[in-house]
Amino acid sequence: MDFGMTAEMLARIQFAFTVSFHFIFPAFSIGTASYLAVLNGLWLWKRDPAYLKLFEYWKTIFAVTFGMGVVSGIVMSYQFGTNWSVFSERAGPVIGPLMGYEVLTAFFLEAGFLGIALFGRRRVGDALHMVAVVVVAIGTLISATWILSVNSWMHTPQGFSIDANGVFIPEDWWAIVFNPSFPYRLTHTVLAAFLTTAFVVGAVGAWHLLKDRENRQARIMFSMAMWMAAIVTPLQIVAGDMHGLNTLEHQPAKIAAMEGHFESHPDGAPLILFGIPNEAEQRVDLAIEIPKLSSLILKHDLNAPLQGLDAFPADERPPVMIPFFAFRIMVGIGFLMLGVGLWSLWARWRKTLFTNPWLHRAAIAMGPSGFVAVLAGWFTTEVGRQPFTVYGLMRTSESLSPVAAPAVGASLVAFVVVYFLVFGAGVFYLFRLFRRPPILDEDHELDKGPHRAAGIAPGPAQEEPIRAGGAGAN
Amino acid sequence: MPIDLPTIWAAIIAFAVLAYVVLDGFDLGVGILFPLFPKRHDRDVMTNSIAPVWDGNETWLVLGGGGLLAVFPVVYATVLPALYMPIILMLLGLVFRGVAFEFRWRTARGSIYWDVGFWLGSTIAGFMQGIALGALVQGIEITDRAYAGGWWDWLTPFTLVTGVAVTIGYALLGATWLNLKTSGDLQARARRLAMVTGAATLGLIGVVSLWSPFLNDNYFGRWFGWPTAFFSAFVPTLLAGCAFALWHGLTTDKHLQPFLAALGLFVLSFIGIGISFYPYIVPGALTIAEAAAPESSLMFLLVGAVVLVPMILAYTGYAYWVFRGKIDPEEGYH
Repeated sequence: MDFGMTAEMLARIQFAFTVSFHFIFPAFSIGTASYLAVLNGLWLWKRDPAYLKLFEYWKTIFAVTFGMGVVSGIVMSYQFGTNWSVFSERAGPVIGPLMGYEVLTAFFLEAGFLGIALFGRRRVGDALHMVAVVVVAIGTLISATWILSVNSWMHTPQGFSIDANGVFIPEDWWAIVFNPSFPYRLTHTVLAAFLTTAFVVGAVGAWHLLKDRENRQARIMFSMAMWMAAIVTPLQIVAGDMHGLNTLEHQPAKIAAMEGHFESHPDGAPLILFGIPNEAEQRVDLAIEIPKLSSLILKHDLNAPLQGLDAFPADERPPVMIPFFAFRIMVGIGFLMLGVGLWSLWARWRKTLFTNPWLHRAAIAMGPSGFVAVLAGWFTTEVGRQPFTVYGLMRTSESLSPVAAPAVGASLVAFVVVYFLVFGAGVFYLFRLFRRPPILDEDHELDKGPHRAAGIAPGPAQEEPIRAGGAGAN
Repeated sequence: MPIDLPTIWAAIIAFAVLAYVVLDGFDLGVGILFPLFPKRHDRDVMTNSIAPVWDGNETWLVLGGGGLLAVFPVVYATVLPALYMPIILMLLGLVFRGVAFEFRWRTARGSIYWDVGFWLGSTIAGFMQGIALGALVQGIEITDRAYAGGWWDWLTPFTLVTGVAVTIGYALLGATWLNLKTSGDLQARARRLAMVTGAATLGLIGVVSLWSPFLNDNYFGRWFGWPTAFFSAFVPTLLAGCAFALWHGLTTDKHLQPFLAALGLFVLSFIGIGISFYPYIVPGALTIAEAAAPESSLMFLLVGAVVLVPMILAYTGYAYWVFRGKIDPEEGYH
């Protein structure tokens, strides 16, 4: 089962597949954990049952997502060893301790308090429950911090020496952890996670507003999501720009691939809005370009010189096709998000935020946009790092385990089948959970005299068998 | 015994693996026993009993793997390719097991499939962990710090026996856990299953213990040579003590004692394996000292581990305390 491919290519496809699937879940659960902390805080502060309902509503969704994130993450923690053993042996002394800290400071924290956050409100009381919810949220952010430090070190390695066996020996941990691309990548990725959650919450709120614009819980979640879209998207565009400038400084070949610049431009590089990279001919076909704009964006100078891929040895150039298109998809979605955010501000000012069906439809259409943007950005940066695993120092081809192609091929097929089956079902169940109207039920454990939203009767909410044991019924 | 950084780390990794084995062992054991409890209500109680803690239990596996990468990277980089297929199958089993907790509540018609997934995933994960243990005990071929064996080296009669032994042992942990956490008919059946799996576990521990000294001269010398045989005689004696405590606890309707006795069986077997291995970390191929990462890596992570592992144990203990006592089938958490 090698599909006519080398073990290296199969292992790369396997890693790309499993990490992409994995990344979807934390991208959502990082934002959702913080959202839950905010909702629970609002409930404790205002004692408005709408917030408690929203907390319970999103808690169930979080539980499903978190489970999928955990199991797909365990696969990642072993795949370095099964498929990339040479990389593990040589880079392990640097990246291993960082991942060790991720386990010690984040995974245990999340796991230890997740049970209490999900199931323990009555057992520990409001205050300790709130602590648990906040700790889980903080745990997700600590986890992101360590793993992005690892990832950034692979892009911008520093703080080490290399011994006779080619092993990276850590010399300066401060330099390793706070490597040059880390602060930018961390900011950009965490904001992306928040935006991903905001657009999912916004889409779910919008969906229920289209069905019943008076539903107070739907109004609250839609309003909160649109505030996030309006405030965080501009911040994210600034953070992305700074991350790009940092990449230009440390990985100029990646920028050249993203921009589709096969040739160097000594006096001002054009911005290629669209085109089809032709790697065989080393040019971009059907290019629509704006002269000098790329230099203006990247160097803040119309006539600044910009290196193209021809400035780098042929065996050190990343592939162009994926970074070029993935980058355009990410940026395009970023501007669409900005558009929705601004539209929501306008609608808020005109007092039509909860009544404009076109805004709601747009928000629904944008529901999955965060995931697409996150994956596109991820592909841009990771494919742009090729042909290296540790940038400039260790090649992907040197990193592979001594594995036979059929073994990697067979396991790849197994992963594809199992992931589509399991996570396909998971996404299906998530959509069922999104479909439940966020209405206040009478029998809620903490509702002594529910302030019911006007005109809402307990409707078809329980058509799905969310039984008295499920997280949803807690 | 020299106390140096690599030895300290070997002890910490061994502790993480042991913590994983006993903690996730009872989770997986509950899954392995699933088909023997066909009633929906029983299964709800069984999954409820582990739902708040399984994620923390499984995190020890990530610490074991991540820790190896950090402090014994060459072990991570040779053992995992050697055990390629068992590891991948274990991971896929854990995927099914982990999602089943949530998914089985999200559907009425499909719930049976996730119950099957929970059982199969738990069983495959346990069996593959046993195979991995057996393959490590029988030895892994390493040349120039890279795996040099074939793709099926892990599959031998010995590893199949260790696979079965670990699976049955996990079932024992699961049965004694259910004896602790449930009541009524469910508990009575769990107690009977603990008797059966307990006897089988002891038999399999015996088979594996008698078999392994003949796989490797080092083990033989360690267990039967003087003066180490004097100390290794303690392990079988203590095992007999645990076996008695297990039998006594089950026949006199104790709830906690059988679980602790089953844990004791695992801890002692684990210590026995440690006695066989030391000073090797991969028997016959890599010693603890020669497999260790550079000192800067060992030191950097040790600072955190010394502070954080006790904290982890404390709040994990607290989480168990919060969910202590018998599972109330009517309580609204799952």
